[in-house]
Amino acid sequence: MTGSLTLLTLAEARNGLARKAFSARELTESYIVAVEAARPLNAFITETPAQALAMAEASDQRLARGEARPLDGIPIAVKDLYCTKGVLTTAASHILNGFRPPYESTVTEKLWQAGAIMLGKANLDEFAMGSSSTTSYYGPVENPWRRPGDNRPLVPGGSSGGSAAAVAARAALAATGTDTGGSIRQPASFCGIVGLKPTYGRCSRWGVVAYASSLDHPGPMTRTVRDAAIMLCGMAGHDPKDSTSAPLPVPDYEIALTGDIRGLRIGIPREYRVDDMPGEIEALWQQGSDWLREAGAEPIEISLPHTKYALPTYYIIAPAEASSNLARYDGVRFGLRVDGASLDEMYELTRAAGFGAEVRRRVLIGTYVLSAGYYDAYYLKAQRVRTLIARDFAEAFEKVDCILAPIAPSAAFAIGEKTDDPIAMYLNDVFTVPANLAGLPAISVPAGLSADGLPLGLQIIGRAFDEEGVLRVAEVLESAAQFRHLPGFVARGR
Amino acid sequence: MALDKAAVAHIAALARIKLSEAELEPLAGELSQILTWVEQLNEVDTTEVAPMASVAASGLPMREDRVTDGDCRTAILGNAPGGAARGFFVVPKVVE
Repeated sequence: MTGSLTLLTLAEARNGLARKAFSARELTESYIVAVEAARPLNAFITETPAQALAMAEASDQRLARGEARPLDGIPIAVKDLYCTKGVLTTAASHILNGFRPPYESTVTEKLWQAGAIMLGKANLDEFAMGSSSTTSYYGPVENPWRRPGDNRPLVPGGSSGGSAAAVAARAALAATGTDTGGSIRQPASFCGIVGLKPTYGRCSRWGVVAYASSLDHPGPMTRTVRDAAIMLCGMAGHDPKDSTSAPLPVPDYEIALTGDIRGLRIGIPREYRVDDMPGEIEALWQQGSDWLREAGAEPIEISLPHTKYALPTYYIIAPAEASSNLARYDGVRFGLRVDGASLDEMYELTRAAGFGAEVRRRVLIGTYVLSAGYYDAYYLKAQRVRTLIARDFAEAFEKVDCILAPIAPSAAFAIGEKTDDPIAMYLNDVFTVPANLAGLPAISVPAGLSADGLPLGLQIIGRAFDEEGVLRVAEVLESAAQFRHLPGFVARGR
Repeated sequence: MALDKAAVAHIAALARIKLSEAELEPLAGELSQILTWVEQLNEVDTTEVAPMASVAASGLPMREDRVTDGDCRTAILGNAPGGAARGFFVVPKVVE
């Protein structure tokens, strides 16, 4: 029985725990073995097996007393951008060397209150800046998928690449991610799992290491749409400690999965048909549209005219906010310090040693676009275009209920590809960035395999705070796609 | 916008990041390339378009003015990379 525990979905594991088919301790022990077996992927920066077992013990006691909480006994990975009290939190950066937060992020606190179990802290791109999970100070993450007949390790996507790799390799039942420009959805697509970026304000950002505050979205990464709905219930909710957190009640997202999308109008944005889009991506997108039509929805072509400006807008706003957010890393109060003759020299040497190349590049760009004489030309201009991008969506949602789009212009690429040219790497986010700029909920659902045997996701974007609609359509897409493939590397549990 | 080495050195000083002379030239090239690419936004007519700083619909919420946290000096000083002395962070001498 226990040999297959790590192959269960979250919903199946929850039901098995409730039936007492196995204990939280047995499930957790299986996953601890799987986390160790998955070490070649470098998906975790820190493993927390002792903490996991203690949490499992508490879950088993509640289960025995008939007081089970919604996520009792569910072992998950936490992106190492979420502060965890007393547990090393690095943001995959050298500058947070040795940092053990004296507090817990709101989202992880909610998950532990709901009974979830922490397996460890998942690897990522440094400060969540990247699309490949190769810029971590702790080394690149490997995708558990490989092209058949080709041994080159592939990237898991980024920045939540450790989370995605762990969930795909069956080394975690679910994971938390964060999505600033696609960092949940693109790695979900590259690893063949589900990734949900909720509406801005749905999940608290408090205690999540900030990259670009107006664009950062915490969210779940899971193996199925139902699992994403269950995780979101445990993560969402108003938090007075985050001033942008929405004071709205959290619905039961699992109930929203009715399978009935008859009469829904699905927008197909013509501007997402970009030049040189690979034929297989375009074909999958058409297939997705056909599946939804067969389920009774009505695909309608729509226009989002400012789509092509979303990426350059993002690459002004995100670095600007990052340069401001990352000003706190000064070597004084926590993390790395490199001594200097003066306080200023200490700052400069600490930040030079602590930040990797991509982080440094974005801090410098951000500093420049906010500096005197350039603020209006770059930063304010980008904020104005952001208004137009959000307006495009608002107008589209007068005609349609949700939008179907690709996730990324390609499947996973090899580690080391696309690293010479920052802009080539940035283009990965062309289909995901617009939903961040507009703050809209969006999900990636595994929908098929590329010609070279790698997973490809499709994206559903919804109206603000309509995660229920997004999940409902996503589940229909998932049922139609019947994606049952496993990656080449599956961690052996026990 | 093409940045030269002097401009990069100036930005790096503003950002408090020490760069070696050898790093300036390649960074000038990379940053110039990114800036040139984002300048395509100039094609967009944004006259009379208000800038958007956040999608959060409401203004900043107010709360009652009372202490909700604190009394955790030891926990906070516990991460001090240069150590703590008498309840303070230790830094290089600032005033001569």
